[in-house]
Amino acid sequence: MTDGIILQTRGLTKEFRGFVAVDGVDLAVRRHSIHALIGPNGAGKTTCFNLLTKFLKPTAGRITYNGRDITGASPASISRRGLVRSFQISAVFPHMTVLENVLVALQRRSGVSFQFWRSLACLDDLHGRARDLVEAVGLSEYVGAMAGDLPYGRRRALEIATTLALDPEMMLLDEPMAGLGQEDIGRISALIRRVAANRTVLMVEHNMKVVADLSDRITVLQRGAVLTEGTYEEVSADPQVIQAYMGSGHA
Amino acid sequence: MTATSETAERVETGAGAADAAAAGRPSMSLAKKLGWAVAIVAVPLLVVAPHYFYPVFLMKALCFALFASAFNLLLGFGGLLSFGHAAFFGGAAYVSAHAAKVWGLPYELAVLMGAVTGFGLGLVFGAIAIRRQGIYFAMVTLALAQMVYFLALQLPFTGGEDGIQHVPRGVFLGVIDLNDNLNLYYVTLGIFLAAFWLIYRTVHSPYGRVLKAIRENEPRAISLGYDVDRFKLIAFVLSATLAGLAGGMKAIVFQLASLTDVDWHMSGEVVLMTLLGGMGTIFGPAVGAVLVVTLQNYLARIDIPVPVIIGAIFVVCVLLFRRGIVGELEALLKPRRR
Ligand SMILES: Nc1ncnc2c1ncn2[C@@H]1O[C@H](COP(=O)(O)OP(=O)(O)OP(=O)(O)O)[C@@H](O)[C@H]1O
Ligand SMILES: [Mg+2]
Repeated sequence: MTDGIILQTRGLTKEFRGFVAVDGVDLAVRRHSIHALIGPNGAGKTTCFNLLTKFLKPTAGRITYNGRDITGASPASISRRGLVRSFQISAVFPHMTVLENVLVALQRRSGVSFQFWRSLACLDDLHGRARDLVEAVGLSEYVGAMAGDLPYGRRRALEIATTLALDPEMMLLDEPMAGLGQEDIGRISALIRRVAANRTVLMVEHNMKVVADLSDRITVLQRGAVLTEGTYEEVSADPQVIQAYMGSGHA
Repeated sequence: MTATSETAERVETGAGAADAAAAGRPSMSLAKKLGWAVAIVAVPLLVVAPHYFYPVFLMKALCFALFASAFNLLLGFGGLLSFGHAAFFGGAAYVSAHAAKVWGLPYELAVLMGAVTGFGLGLVFGAIAIRRQGIYFAMVTLALAQMVYFLALQLPFTGGEDGIQHVPRGVFLGVIDLNDNLNLYYVTLGIFLAAFWLIYRTVHSPYGRVLKAIRENEPRAISLGYDVDRFKLIAFVLSATLAGLAGGMKAIVFQLASLTDVDWHMSGEVVLMTLLGGMGTIFGPAVGAVLVVTLQNYLARIDIPVPVIIGAIFVVCVLLFRRGIVGELEALLKPRRR
């Protein structure tokens, strides 16, 4: 039954002092698919991500990942199990170079991260792989630049490179295109499609063209609850969805 | 070979030395070169210093330089402001003094007991405080330190208001007589340099890189799979251990452990030294400590309340150069960015 399902929630609920931000969400993400989570501002998408990655504790409901219950796990352990998130506001390490940003992710698996008595030189063999990742997201010319000095679009690309360094089984991307220009959107879209070839992606995105292009399946959230789910064609034809977006001022 | 040609190539595209440095290429970063330059100049100076300055003063400066550097490991590199470091410094001073005087332990073991005290207290403080954020973290550490102060006042072995006096300096490793100031100076210098090197190593270790990432963006570090609380706890315990080492050495140098060492003023003083010299820089806190200790020494001779002068200097420094003395120097020397 849950054979092709990598991530599943049952009755996922989050209340903030009486305000229900996420309301009984049942979500099932199929392995090796790109699944989009859309909905008007404040629908509860980011809160959902925070619940899935344990940055917030659910008020009620269960989460299973690869058939295992992860409802009580810690956020760092979720990541180590292969479920890695990005953030709505770009999350790089600003005073570290582009290469170091990727290296700090790569070294997670090295098993030496607690060793304060060793020189960084013991991680030098990661540099080749780090450079490959930096190149894969088109940042080769910035490799020695401080991450905080990058233009916004490049920072988002760096985030993806950093996430990929963990070789995650599943990526959760919160509005990867927010604040990007047309050219960057094209580049990042292609990148997501490429890296999703052997991974699962769950992504929140407001840009409908991107959603239409990339996603295999779409879940629409409104006021914390699932409004509908289906392919882009099904969802975009749904009068309820049109209503929801009109109501909140989206076209 | 490849490194040189690659560097040359990148200079043309404008990415240059920073790139090579970031990539860990043989060409060292400017900061690293400067660090070595300072070390190469400073170490010989420290070796000849006791022939020109009073050794006890120099040893005091070294102890406080280590104390401030240990504190900076936590504040500058871990991003955690502790307001209870006097507990480690002073608690260790008491234990070392007691160990040398009552238990009759030799110098090296007495000082080691100080470091162990710092370690133990650090573990307890850290376990309680590490999950708190910002000002709450500072408050919890302060509250715990006040408990240690209270213990120092009340426990029978600490000598109350008098403290532990006339602590014997003993003999180092059974051969070097430490009642000779010069001998004690060189032993103190040796321990200081080793501890200072450990701090440098920690900052530039795989662990140090993760610690920096946590300071820069904690949620992101978590999402990369790092248990940030454990990394912070290690920084806290390391810092407390080295602060304890400094306290133990200080107790032997002055042959005294007293309430001054555990007082919250001491916690404030180490914050001041660190900020004055430049938090988050390798040499800054040591420079700040030497400056403060020197001022205290000179001002003690004239009749002006020391805290007032130091407070005034602090205010001026914070207004004029926010990064601290070494921090501002580094900023001046850093090449302008593209
Ligand atoms: N920590 C919090 N405390 C209280 N309310 C919160 C908290 N986090 C989110 N909310 C509320 O929950 C609702 C859902 O927020 P969420 O950020 O999940 O929306 P979103 O769908 O991601 O919106 P956007 O498209 O603007 O990013 C909002 O009304 C928000 O104000
Ligand atoms: Mg959001």
